[in-house]
Amino acid sequence: MGKDEDSKFLIITGNQALALGAKLCRVQVISAYPITPQSPVTETLSHYVESGQLKAEYVNVESEHSALSVCIGASTAGARAFTATSANGLAYMCEVIHWAAGARLPIVMGCVNRAMAAPWNVLNDQQDSMSQRDAGWIQIFCRNNQEVLDTAIQAFKIAETVYAPVMVCYDGYLLSHTVMPVEAPTQEQVDAFLPPYRPHTILDPENPKNINQVTLANPRLDERGVMCHGYMELRFLLEEALESARDTIVAVGKEYEEAFGRSCGGMLWEYRAEDAEVILVAAGSLASEASMAVDALRETGIAAGVVGVRVYRPFPKEELREALRDARLVLVFDKSLSYGNEGPICTDLKAALYGSESMPPVQGHIAGLGGRDIKAREIEAATRKALQNLEAGITTKPTEWLNCHI
Amino acid sequence: MGTRECGHTGAMSSPTKGEAGLTGQWRTSRPVVDHEKCTASKAGKTVCMQCWTYCPEAVIPKQVPIEIDMDYCKGCGICEEVCPAHAITMEAE
Ligand code: SF4
Ligand code: SF4
Repeated sequence: MGKDEDSKFLIITGNQALALGAKLCRVQVISAYPITPQSPVTETLSHYVESGQLKAEYVNVESEHSALSVCIGASTAGARAFTATSANGLAYMCEVIHWAAGARLPIVMGCVNRAMAAPWNVLNDQQDSMSQRDAGWIQIFCRNNQEVLDTAIQAFKIAETVYAPVMVCYDGYLLSHTVMPVEAPTQEQVDAFLPPYRPHTILDPENPKNINQVTLANPRLDERGVMCHGYMELRFLLEEALESARDTIVAVGKEYEEAFGRSCGGMLWEYRAEDAEVILVAAGSLASEASMAVDALRETGIAAGVVGVRVYRPFPKEELREALRDARLVLVFDKSLSYGNEGPICTDLKAALYGSESMPPVQGHIAGLGGRDIKAREIEAATRKALQNLEAGITTKPTEWLNCHI
Repeated sequence: MGTRECGHTGAMSSPTKGEAGLTGQWRTSRPVVDHEKCTASKAGKTVCMQCWTYCPEAVIPKQVPIEIDMDYCKGCGICEEVCPAHAITMEAE
């Protein structure tokens, strides 16, 4: 099919791209509470609704907990629901983040990645969404504003296929407030790609149901005498949905590419990684930055490449094993930290490599916390240093903190 | 046979008696009604009915004599607490 002639190029921010993506998906209920740097998403969407460009209910609420709760109600009732937040707003949703996943509701939420307080800091890192990684949401990281738009559209299709919520994560300010050229598909194209939402349970007043009632440890016969799931079976099914999401994410990505002529990658994306001996791993815009470092390293004869973690949950275990198979050294750059351990991508990547045929040394880095600037040449220098250590036979070094002047 | 057969994606049940199982099994003490003291039993009419009003499990039907559905009574003791005639006593199971 390729590109549609009517699609148009816009110069927009990541936040505008997300709002436009939600509009093109014909979201029916939006509930969000403004927080920096997410606020323009809510402003743009409320403008769409107010001006009649989007036929949706925009529900004003007093908190993020209520915003996601409204989406939970709406999604249960069969409406395509959308919200967005950042940092402390996401943390304030925490209880219902788990609820949305446990209830298997295909809500899509933009998480405009921002540092967690205290102290207050409105700038970018990825601690907010990383801290919610175990809640049962699919988490997809975007590299640029085009991907924010494209991922929002794919996110609804993925969510509504596997019945799990999706978090569309992109870096605060670096993407949320930076304008970039974005190709916007037409409404007809998106309508052809994304069928209307069909909930897993149709609410019917003639046949009332208790939804997410108290469900104790053991399976239990229902009034028909049918053995129904206990808590553990329901959790197994959620895990099964997240595991099955890998294939869905890849398939939806391919389908999107066929329809729109653009790809954001599958579970991962790669840059000059094919023949690379040294592989840099990161998520989001930091991974784009690493691509520039790779170009510089290549110019000096170092065969470097980037493997970008596009999907963080479900974690791309097999895909990373495959992508890092021939690497002599792996560097991970995390914009968040599991305090008392190391960067979460670093931990998960090491666990994925455990038991694989080749187990390259992995050097973890913490970078860019609270908006601390990180330049391509600094990533390049970190790579050279790790290579020197490797040449000197040092393969296990503690996590390095980049640009930390302590 | 596993629970997949139920076909549910999330937790779901029908709002009907017994949908949460035999909750009476949770009880550690049971309410015992003394019909000699119960105002309703004595009058032979559904008067008083404080126990019926307050039972959070709705296991006391509006009838005389008072008869508690022990399959689902959780033994909370509220009926004992509210009975103005002290006609209900909680006894250990
Ligand atoms: S009030 Fe409590 S103890 Fe009394 S009948 Fe109801 S459930 Fe049982
Ligand atoms: S509250 Fe006591 S007196 Fe009143 S109806 Fe119930 S058992 Fe009888």
